[in-house]
Amino acid sequence: MNSRTYSLIVSVVFFSAMGNVLLSKGMKQIGEIKNYSPSALLAVFVRTFTSGTIWIGIFSFLIFFISYLLLISWADFSYVQPVCAIGYAFVAVLSYFLLGEIISPLRWTGVLLIGAGVALVGWTEPRTIGD
Amino acid sequence: MVFIAIVVLTGTGGDICVTYAMKRIGEVQSFRPSVVLPMLGRAFRLGWMWLGIGLMAIAFFSLLALLSWADASLVVPATALSYVTGAIGAKFLLGEKIAPMRWAGVVLVCIGVALLSFS
Repeated sequence: MNSRTYSLIVSVVFFSAMGNVLLSKGMKQIGEIKNYSPSALLAVFVRTFTSGTIWIGIFSFLIFFISYLLLISWADFSYVQPVCAIGYAFVAVLSYFLLGEIISPLRWTGVLLIGAGVALVGWTEPRTIGD
Repeated sequence: MVFIAIVVLTGTGGDICVTYAMKRIGEVQSFRPSVVLPMLGRAFRLGWMWLGIGLMAIAFFSLLALLSWADASLVVPATALSYVTGAIGAKFLLGEKIAPMRWAGVVLVCIGVALLSFS
């Protein structure tokens, strides 16, 4: 049961991060919406839903949501919710190393606290209620 | 302040309802599509699932509305309170047993997520 729990946590964290990044990249390719007339909005709508990046993003969110539902079918919500916060810390570390973003000391403190908190929650039993 | 409470409480309520729906379906034993798809089909016929999704949608649109007038540097860290309300809801509504170590972890994650959303 634990290996399934861990593999689903990895899937939840990975695909929600992928979904966010891909949708944000896709919408930036489409560009800022400046004109709110119905015909301009329709054009934006068509470009959004014909973009491959947007569809891979939507598909990532679909996998994320299914993984999340499977995970909470047996694991405690009070286990899953904090443990999945490791994704925020992971994205911050990746954006530092891969994108060269500057992370302030305050945010590094946040990364450390999340890591410590997830370690503590991860130490507890994933499931505390019986059927 | 009222809107932050709406965002946090409807979001938590939505999560709790969806979790309750999946617990009623029972533990999904296998990842094979022939097992997973019928279970998801049953889950989406439960009222709790749709109530949860509806509450999550209210939380999402309230957050968008709030961000259109309030300062994001206050709003986004404040939504980290969801980790504490989530644990309280899981204890009292779902009957999960939260050991002291888990409480400590939840509080650290809550503070950490709030700090991370400051730029």
